[in-house]
Amino acid sequence: MYNLTIPISDEQIRELKIGDSVFLSGVIITGRDTVHKWMIETFVKETRQPEGDDLEVYEAIKPLLDGGAIYHCGPVVAGLDSGDYRFVAAGPTTSTREEPYQGDVMRHFNMKAVIGKGGMGSQTLAACHEVPGVYLHAIGGAASLIAQSVQRVIDVHKLDFGVPEAMWVIEVKDFPVVVTMDSHNSSIHAEVETKSMVELERLLAS
Amino acid sequence: MDDLTSAFLELIRLTSTDLSPDVEQSLIQARDREAAGSAAKSALDAVLQNVTLAREQSTPICQDTGTPIFYVQYPLGWSTKKLREQIRSAVAAATSLAYLRPNAVDAISGVNSGNNLGDEAFPTIHFDEIEGEELIVDLMLKGGGCENVGAQYSLPDRRLDAGRDMEGIRKVVLDAVCKAQGKGCAPGVLGVAVGGDRGSSYYGSKEALFRKLDEPNPDPDLDSFEERLTEEANRLGIGPMGFGGATTVLGTKIRGMHRLPASFFVSVSYMCWAHRRRRMTVRGSDIQYS
Repeated sequence: MYNLTIPISDEQIRELKIGDSVFLSGVIITGRDTVHKWMIETFVKETRQPEGDDLEVYEAIKPLLDGGAIYHCGPVVAGLDSGDYRFVAAGPTTSTREEPYQGDVMRHFNMKAVIGKGGMGSQTLAACHEVPGVYLHAIGGAASLIAQSVQRVIDVHKLDFGVPEAMWVIEVKDFPVVVTMDSHNSSIHAEVETKSMVELERLLAS
Repeated sequence: MDDLTSAFLELIRLTSTDLSPDVEQSLIQARDREAAGSAAKSALDAVLQNVTLAREQSTPICQDTGTPIFYVQYPLGWSTKKLREQIRSAVAAATSLAYLRPNAVDAISGVNSGNNLGDEAFPTIHFDEIEGEELIVDLMLKGGGCENVGAQYSLPDRRLDAGRDMEGIRKVVLDAVCKAQGKGCAPGVLGVAVGGDRGSSYYGSKEALFRKLDEPNPDPDLDSFEERLTEEANRLGIGPMGFGGATTVLGTKIRGMHRLPASFFVSVSYMCWAHRRRRMTVRGSDIQYS
């Protein structure tokens, strides 16, 4: 059992192995499909020009992601009318959709942890080794429970992406996660997939 | 007919925040089957804790409140136009009360409508006029993670050596479960439709998911086939969240449909563990939820 507080050091990351339970605390940012595409196109590959508040948002999130974590999550948020935001339900979304982007995003921001569900593929695993970083698996669907770990909503960027797709800057305390991909090239997801495919072959042949 | 907007709102609240007893019971049994100290067991512990908390707080079980799918059976002569308007008002109200997440995104412009009202297919409403005095409304909330791992096969499937028979159906269903891994929030429930066209087959696979987990298939042969598929899917060892473990699938629900001689579709709708579906029955001023 590990207690980790953001920013996370390289040494702390290297200590973590798949199967370890972690309670994560500190300031994290939610980001999913639209955010990853926006980050890659605007700041990593620079295939589109920054517009609107893009540069301002970039400067605001950069220091938070350096040594920090992104959370694949599209929350249910109360207080949308008043601006007095509160997370009501905040479980992870399926991470694999960010596989084309995640490794480059981790390298660009020196991001130490990706939080989501369902695991990610070989490109992200390679980035975990390089940066170094880890993939932290939250419990899919446990949205009301996880919302209790969210102490407060500090800020929100790109609300025009829609509530689920916006970047919510939140402070979490003792957010329960499991390391399922570590910086030593190990992935629970790769292991389970390999085993299940062997079993499938057996079942299909019988 | 009365204005049932507030009754629809309660149906949505209940569906989003209060998991059906049959699903919860099945999750408890799954938790008890996992090895002590395993990641699978602690995942299901968290799932069950979350179910209790969501019910107590009246907050969504899962933040992805999905596509609201309504099946409305209404007495002869009722206005589907009015029912549709009331359902849509209730969906918007449930969104502003944070029972639902704003989920309707215009696929061309990328704009989220903010109130869960999109085109005529969002929310999805199926109407069926029936004899009698009762209005029966089934609601299912199906999230995107599990919807994305659904699959449709056209038999024969050469890759899987699956022909147009029960053995072929078995092969493609197991393939779909293996492909899904933990990405659809395992342990899931499989809704399987055999037959139909591409469209009706997918609808059929979702409709199969309305049958309770503890309710057997009326056809004894299909019932034992369902049990076999569940047992074999669990042998894949994917487990809760894909962490590895004893339970990958809580149950399998199969429905046969008619097909064209040329077509043989098998559609698999994967439902996450947060299998949110509820029924409302209205008879006069009496409104029951189950």
